[in-house]
Amino acid sequence: MKELTDRALNLAQTKGASYADIRVVERQRQDISVKNGAVQEMSLDSAMGFGVRVIADGAWGFASSHRLSPKEVDRVTDLAVQIARASALAKTGDVDLGPPEAHQDTYRTPVEIDPFTVPLNDKVSLLLEADREARAVKGVKVAESSLVCIRENKTLASTEGSFIEQEIIETGLGLVVRAVAQGEMQQRSYPNSFGRHQGTAGWEFTRKWDLAGNARRIAEEAVALLKAPQCPPGVTTLILDGPQLALQVHESCGHPIELDRVFGTEAAYAGTSFLTPDKYNSLRYGSQIVNLTADAVTPTGLGTFGYDDEGVPAQKTDIVREGLFVGYLTSRETAQQLRRIHADAPQRSNGSMRADGWNRIPIIRMTNVSLQPGDWNLDDLIADTDDGVYMLTNKSWSIDDKRLNFQFGTELAYEIKKGKLGRMLKNATYTGITPKFWGGCDAICNRDHWNVWGTANCGKGQPGQVAHTGHGAAPARFRNVQVGVMK
Amino acid sequence: MLGKDKMQAVAEKVLGFSEADQTEVLIFGKDEQLTRFAVNTIHQNVSETNATVRVRCVFGKKNGVASGNDLGDEALRKVVESAQTVARFQEDNPDFGSLPGPGKLETSPAFFESTAACAPQTRARGAAAICSLSRENGLEAAGAFSTAVDELMAVNSLGVSAYHCGTIAHIVTVIMGPDSSGYAQADNMDVTALDPETIGRVAVDKALKSKNPTDLEPGEYTVILEENAVADMVDTLGYLGFSALAVQEGRSFMNDRFGQKITGDRITIWDDGHDPRGMMLPFDYEGVPKQKVMLIEKGVATGVVYDSFTAGREKGKTSTGHSLPAPNSWGPYPMNLFMAPGEATKEEMLAATEKGIWVTRFHYTNPVHPIKTVLTGMTRDGTFLIENGRITRPLKNLRFTQSILEALSSADMLGRDLKLIKADWENFATCVPAARIRNFRFTGTTEF
Repeated sequence: MKELTDRALNLAQTKGASYADIRVVERQRQDISVKNGAVQEMSLDSAMGFGVRVIADGAWGFASSHRLSPKEVDRVTDLAVQIARASALAKTGDVDLGPPEAHQDTYRTPVEIDPFTVPLNDKVSLLLEADREARAVKGVKVAESSLVCIRENKTLASTEGSFIEQEIIETGLGLVVRAVAQGEMQQRSYPNSFGRHQGTAGWEFTRKWDLAGNARRIAEEAVALLKAPQCPPGVTTLILDGPQLALQVHESCGHPIELDRVFGTEAAYAGTSFLTPDKYNSLRYGSQIVNLTADAVTPTGLGTFGYDDEGVPAQKTDIVREGLFVGYLTSRETAQQLRRIHADAPQRSNGSMRADGWNRIPIIRMTNVSLQPGDWNLDDLIADTDDGVYMLTNKSWSIDDKRLNFQFGTELAYEIKKGKLGRMLKNATYTGITPKFWGGCDAICNRDHWNVWGTANCGKGQPGQVAHTGHGAAPARFRNVQVGVMK
Repeated sequence: MLGKDKMQAVAEKVLGFSEADQTEVLIFGKDEQLTRFAVNTIHQNVSETNATVRVRCVFGKKNGVASGNDLGDEALRKVVESAQTVARFQEDNPDFGSLPGPGKLETSPAFFESTAACAPQTRARGAAAICSLSRENGLEAAGAFSTAVDELMAVNSLGVSAYHCGTIAHIVTVIMGPDSSGYAQADNMDVTALDPETIGRVAVDKALKSKNPTDLEPGEYTVILEENAVADMVDTLGYLGFSALAVQEGRSFMNDRFGQKITGDRITIWDDGHDPRGMMLPFDYEGVPKQKVMLIEKGVATGVVYDSFTAGREKGKTSTGHSLPAPNSWGPYPMNLFMAPGEATKEEMLAATEKGIWVTRFHYTNPVHPIKTVLTGMTRDGTFLIENGRITRPLKNLRFTQSILEALSSADMLGRDLKLIKADWENFATCVPAARIRNFRFTGTTEF
């Protein structure tokens, strides 16, 4: 491996690159799904390749290939330099990466049981058991349970002297149950929405989430939702459960703090950000009790690794401290750009550059962006709420291109009357404007209710990339929120 | 490019390695380059060469799938062994019948050498032209100029053998001022049909006209939706309910409505992988020739698309050639949607509108209720108030929450021209007209 990486780096420099890195990535993925008692999907996918990123004539170029051979490394490296020179035709300044990053290290996701060593029969049995429990409930039309295991081995080498080898392992599982009747369809998911909850962990991750043990409950909820009244419109007090709040954090905090968005480099697709540099260290993002952090070190977080894809070590950063906006997700290049505006900004990247595979360049992605826990017990929080709605598990999400106006829908909701959970409500939605919403946060549950949830479907970039991000969250309460948007 | 002969040779090798009752081989070849720009500079510029082999092995009613992107003999053998191992561990799927047999294939002229040979310098000059135009007007351009060659081979042990090679060129730009933005997009199989400057001018014009946006209270308004916004709604219908799987699972808006009116008379939507106005693909991911499928005909729910699995569940049904690669929990999918045009130009729609909102496109749309087809999203990059047949002022962006089928029921004018809109990430495109729609429901606003 080192021979090939050295070959690419040496050739890049010979061709005139002032910086080069090469990533060799091999990814294996196993997917199993069961639907209505039948194993629908059982697949094992492997992909391997390499990508060379260079700066030549002060501009970026990148080329990649699935063919790992000396001849192909030469072709791709040469192409990367040509592409960089073409980029320079429209440059307005030279790329500035700031101080060098040079690390030689290895990292492996700590796991107890390698998920790829678990027999296929055991995996299928786990899913079939959950399926049986769910479909034992009358009125269930579809039950779908799924498992995923991922292993990514990657090597990063750079002309600055980095040589880093990492193995990242992920395991995920989930159950979705749908009930259908007379033009209405309702679903419930466990442990999280959109098929599954996932983490950087081994097979032991599946033991924490008892799919079969929760299957009947969520199936009964899905059926009950068919007859539940629609969430009525109004401005009220809202309590969000952990999984829904995790997605709220992802959309309304995680994305606008991506510094590449702030500087306009994602405008053509995902958009920009309302957290412009003038708001750094000055905007009141949320109430005094809101503390948000970003890190790549939380155990089992989907955003946890040893080094990012620029070779910057994993670390933790404050994003919002007691309601004040104080931090971004940065790269080496954007860290320098921020320092030119705010001389007191950190000189180094905080390690948020991640690439989806060998054939994509690293761009700023969330790691584990989390709302820190508070002091409340959930039962006490509900008892303390005179009138409101408790919403659980995301079903729908949408937000504007600066990350201000959002609208979410959840699978399940309950009205709260005089401190008690009341009627079940269906088709619950809520909407708001980000800083106003977080400004209304007046209670957050404690660490007993806190979990780092996995979002395995975050899309960004052109060509598109999917990132796996983590979000720690415990249930929290928000005042004066518009609910019941759907007619 | 691998080419048909090389792909055929790989496929035959794979079939030779397999001991399964039935075997399917899909080979995807990709050569894609994308030049990305923002803040009037090229900031990302990438190239990818890849080839993936996906093997499905069938033992009785057990299916297993494995894939890899190393085309060497040893690696291919391992992929086949993995697929066989996985299949053998499977449980029987009682709904599985058989892989499909060969059908009559047509070739589709979807390859343009000009696109395949497009050099980094050509894309860079195109991006530079848009950036230059933007700079001249005191604005900032962001966007992407991409060219790609995509090859697909589908072969199986029952005699299916299908090969397709297509090119696609795509230019998109968002041009921004301090408080305004404009958008333009164009797609064509032939890169020489795209003129970056012309595309840039459309976006610059919108960005200049949308300076100093003003507030408008949410409510129900007449809207003129440009083609991108209409495509968003039609694509969502495809995702929610034009699949036989959605109907079989009871979650489609078509359920129990076949033969009934579900939207306006003016609305006819179909899927056709052979139409040269679209992004042609003559067969699906099982090698079954694509059929033209009428989905909604003059407002009446008419049909849905099938793959061999969903067809096998219904007596008398056959695949319409809409499978996705196995294993496929999504079900069959319409990748070449068309909506019938009307007779009006956008200028005529504008002139005929007393009060309304002009919408360039939607952003971050998401279904809220799949069966009622309620969709939410924001407007973006060029939203304007219409008064007495003219655009009078730019607007801050609005959120809508609206049933798509109800909206299309209120479409009283459709554009006479169809525009090809390629999906952002995926390899499919939709061909739709603009539309004027009454009583479109906006439920919120934002600050810009």
